[in-house]
Amino acid sequence: MDEEYDAIVLGTGLKECIISGMLSVSGKKVLHIDRNNYYGGESASLTPLEQLYEKFHGPNAKPPSEMGRGRDWNVDLIPKYLMANGPMVKMLIHTGVTRFLEFKSIEGSYVYKGGKVYKVPADELEALATSLMGMFEKRRFKKFLVWVQQFDESKQETWQGLDPHNMTMQQVYTHFGLDDNTADFTGHALALYRDDDHKNQPFGPTVTKIRLYSDSLARYGKSPYLYPLYGLGELPQGFARLSAIYGGTYMLDKPVDHIVYENGKAIGVKSGNDIVKGKQIYCDPSYATDKAKKVGQVIRAICLLNHPIPNTNDSQSCQIIIPQKQVGRHYDIYISLTSNTNMVAPKGWFIAMVSTTVETANPEAEILPGLQLLGPIAEKFISVSDIYEPTDLGTESQVFISKSYDATSHFQTVCADVLDIFQRGTTQEFDFNKITHLSLEDNE
Amino acid sequence: MANRGGNSASRAGGSAGTGSNRTCQFKLVLLGESAVGKSSLVLRFVKGQFHEYQESTIGAAFLTQTVCLDDATVKFEIWDTAGQERYHSLAPMYYRGAQAAIVVYDITNQDSFQKAKNWVKELQRQASPNIVMALAGNKADMANKRTVEYEEAQAYAEDNALLFMETSAKTSMNVNDIFMAIAKKLPIGPPPGQPQDTVDVNQPAQQQKSGTCCK
Repeated sequence: MDEEYDAIVLGTGLKECIISGMLSVSGKKVLHIDRNNYYGGESASLTPLEQLYEKFHGPNAKPPSEMGRGRDWNVDLIPKYLMANGPMVKMLIHTGVTRFLEFKSIEGSYVYKGGKVYKVPADELEALATSLMGMFEKRRFKKFLVWVQQFDESKQETWQGLDPHNMTMQQVYTHFGLDDNTADFTGHALALYRDDDHKNQPFGPTVTKIRLYSDSLARYGKSPYLYPLYGLGELPQGFARLSAIYGGTYMLDKPVDHIVYENGKAIGVKSGNDIVKGKQIYCDPSYATDKAKKVGQVIRAICLLNHPIPNTNDSQSCQIIIPQKQVGRHYDIYISLTSNTNMVAPKGWFIAMVSTTVETANPEAEILPGLQLLGPIAEKFISVSDIYEPTDLGTESQVFISKSYDATSHFQTVCADVLDIFQRGTTQEFDFNKITHLSLEDNE
Repeated sequence: MANRGGNSASRAGGSAGTGSNRTCQFKLVLLGESAVGKSSLVLRFVKGQFHEYQESTIGAAFLTQTVCLDDATVKFEIWDTAGQERYHSLAPMYYRGAQAAIVVYDITNQDSFQKAKNWVKELQRQASPNIVMALAGNKADMANKRTVEYEEAQAYAEDNALLFMETSAKTSMNVNDIFMAIAKKLPIGPPPGQPQDTVDVNQPAQQQKSGTCCK
């Protein structure tokens, strides 16, 4: 432990593991520490089930026997899906981490409207059949989607008179004659915005997000979402393995007292009687509380069910979005469902997660519209987590802190944060050409 | 195992791959203390190489090698610890879906044999109950410095239903043999309970061939 590391990474949450992998691949000497005895931090999948009960209900809490073998459960602490054509999947492919994982498509995507749950159409047949909108609205919506598919911001001839610099998304909806319900559906269930701010902003980013949804959907058909077998906790483990393959050193269950500074610049980490030297520190906000500020809260309810969610065509995995306006909120409520088909629960069991950004002093009441869609709930674990952002960007201190995991249902913000941190820490963009092991292993 | 490993059919050709000769792929994990020769065993098996001063990581996600049995071809997908065993920080992912394991110790290092027993216990706790386990007493070429008796290890292996051989990555003694012995014990046929409808994430992306990632 006398050596000096180029970087010490604290916490094995997904962001830290990706960063650790990128740093090791870039030739940095990395030490990666977690105070827990398991990988994943906030982005872990808890297993066995006993671990979940102990975390939420205390050290003597035990799951009832009808919930089967504890180790057949892998319960995510934060709900997210991968967009099949999104940046996380690209990152997994380019780093070769896909080779440690297996994925399945999430079976369906649903949206809540006027007290009912509707399937988001996944193909033309479903679009023709859906009662989400009337027949004439469907025609207008189709015209709009055709325009979205061919729109290219860099080619003015594809704009068809709609200027991305001067027009808002609302003006685009108006241009195509789309009503508020369709705008709601498009902005929240396709573009995956959690509030309505995008309507009054230039339409370019919204169109990009709709394209991401439809391109992701086109990839595997059933829904735009992918999910790793055995839970999201596999992702940090996969990137940790990447880091280790490139020489990263891993220590779990290692207490971290604090970061050690000299003249305002980090020089290492104190753990018990040891000081481990490192030129840079990368960490989640829980390891550098003095350099992070609380910017909000997320509530997440993990619900164990012994049945699929009603009105979802018995989907073994799905997402339901409750757009904010439908329930008089500022932010959407998300429901995600996984089950035995994803290897996260024994046969016959389902894990539903209801989550949203906290807006009131009574967060539990805020997710009621979501809980009410689930049917009978066998067990419920509720957490209200503070969301932190760094107050120090690390230029002087050389401490690079990630943001807490937000309430979005996919990984776009995770990837953006990771790439930003890497760029700040190394003053360069990550070079995916440095990944060399992919050609090494296929030695046939 | 849709997205793991490459074109499994290509190698089967070596064994006069008629229609009846199936290729089955299995995940095999290596366990054991640092410096007992885990990576060296794999390199000897897969590439026929031996380096006296093998670097402590081999820089590969996993290596593949095929052995031919009478009625089937077994393709091993071999996972190395990548050094994550050093501070007992192996991820559960490592054991996940492993159908075979080789626990390695160094016959000149009694401590590594005791640690090997701990790894066997860990496998019994974490891995699939049907996993085929082998115990390899490596560095058999250094028998003059032996501290672990053959009989002692063999008795332990018998008690725990492990395959057992002393091996030498340096001379290649018993290296192919131990993998062959494992291959013979593996169930040839589709593994039960594996979900079949996983998607191949790599396939379409390779066609896209985009140089930029994540914007």
